[in-house]
Amino acid sequence: MAVETAPAPVVEKKKEPLFSKKNIRTLRDPLDDNNPITVQVLGICSALAVTVQVKPALIMALGVTFVTAFSNLIISLLRHTIPTRVRIIVQLIVIATLVTIVDQVLKAYMFDVSKKLSVFVGLIITNCIVMGRLEAFALANKPWPSFLDGIGNGLGYGLILVVVAVIRELFGSGTLLGYQVVPQWAYDMGYVNNGLMMLPPAALFIIGLYIWAQRSWNKKLVNVS
Amino acid sequence: MHSNRYTLMYATAISVLTAIILAFFSESLKPAQQANVALDKQINILRSVRLVNADRKQVQEIFQRRVRKLVVNNKGEELAGLDPDAIVLKDEVNKPAAERRLPLYIYTGEDGRKYYIIPTYGVGLWGPIWGYIALEDDFNTVYGATFDHKGETPGLGAEIAEAEFQEQFRGKKIMSESNTFVSVRVVKPTEKTDFSEEHRVDGISGGTITSRGTDAMLKNCIEPYLAYFEKQKQSLPSSGK
Repeated sequence: MAVETAPAPVVEKKKEPLFSKKNIRTLRDPLDDNNPITVQVLGICSALAVTVQVKPALIMALGVTFVTAFSNLIISLLRHTIPTRVRIIVQLIVIATLVTIVDQVLKAYMFDVSKKLSVFVGLIITNCIVMGRLEAFALANKPWPSFLDGIGNGLGYGLILVVVAVIRELFGSGTLLGYQVVPQWAYDMGYVNNGLMMLPPAALFIIGLYIWAQRSWNKKLVNVS
Repeated sequence: MHSNRYTLMYATAISVLTAIILAFFSESLKPAQQANVALDKQINILRSVRLVNADRKQVQEIFQRRVRKLVVNNKGEELAGLDPDAIVLKDEVNKPAAERRLPLYIYTGEDGRKYYIIPTYGVGLWGPIWGYIALEDDFNTVYGATFDHKGETPGLGAEIAEAEFQEQFRGKKIMSESNTFVSVRVVKPTEKTDFSEEHRVDGISGGTITSRGTDAMLKNCIEPYLAYFEKQKQSLPSSGK
């Protein structure tokens, strides 16, 4: 872990502009070059579970983005004060608090979605992406870049979730966000929804295909793993 | 390296701080959450009479206009002054039959027909299961049923919450030809039984314990209402068979 010597963990805005090239990179990298799901291969489990429909996938993406962004921010602000021996526990407390807040807010304002996401909201706590970013980034960087890194990783995760969910909902139930997309005449002519798309393995196939496609357009990734 | 004292103080401080934050969120969001749970119950009750409606306002409005709530006991008497929504089914289902307070929801359809909705509560594999079963005004034919669960295995026991399973209940009978109580039984399709086809629905493959739990729940929760139904039948001869 890189040890920083900066004095106070306050947002410093002297030299670097808020959206400097480096910060933009921090934000954009996780969307493609360093995508948490397809490149870092983290957070696969919830990607399989909540991608049957687009709406829960979107909410889950927002939830994870909120948690990664703010846990990164908080841990980065606290990074000089956290006792090294209990740092994992401190990280967990911060993550668990944020996730519980997300869960409670969903239960209060989006009850149906919270029922669909059921245990997976709680499981954001153990989502490897969150803690992975804290350990790899927030503990060694200033609050603002950490916050951007959190948002970037949350969005990178969300991007895959939504792509997979769109494919699964479209071919699995013929709808998108609950609206009928495949017209009735197609069914009348013998079109049938693909039942496999409703099952978790479909997500695995789609993520696999996505990784294949991504690596064929982004040559940088080919020898990474 | 930080000292033990610092580490301990830090851990204590952060625990207390997060506890306060969480307590604040939990308390301030509680009213909205409870309203959601109550609304969810109404949605499920209406779903058992085949009304699927996700609009909050409409659900509340329909519920208020068309659903009568009452509490009865196993002698068929109406218990006045009790709010069925305040009765905790979990506590009631294990009491001796004579002490059970039985909430009942009566839904009056557009055409004036009445449907009697019985709330049910039982045990699945990992946790509680519950549901609502609606009977037509012959007090025998099932009009619709809906079930839900706390934590049954997705794809196995959790299938009781799916339409495919619930739709099987439509048109089933709870009384035999000789007017004895059979309930609707959840059994294996191949199981040999001494009750006829109109009392059985197919259990879930891989969800045997949840299926049996549903079966036991229905029997336990419908039976005590029979006395009340019997009385209703006598007072409303026109709706008899």
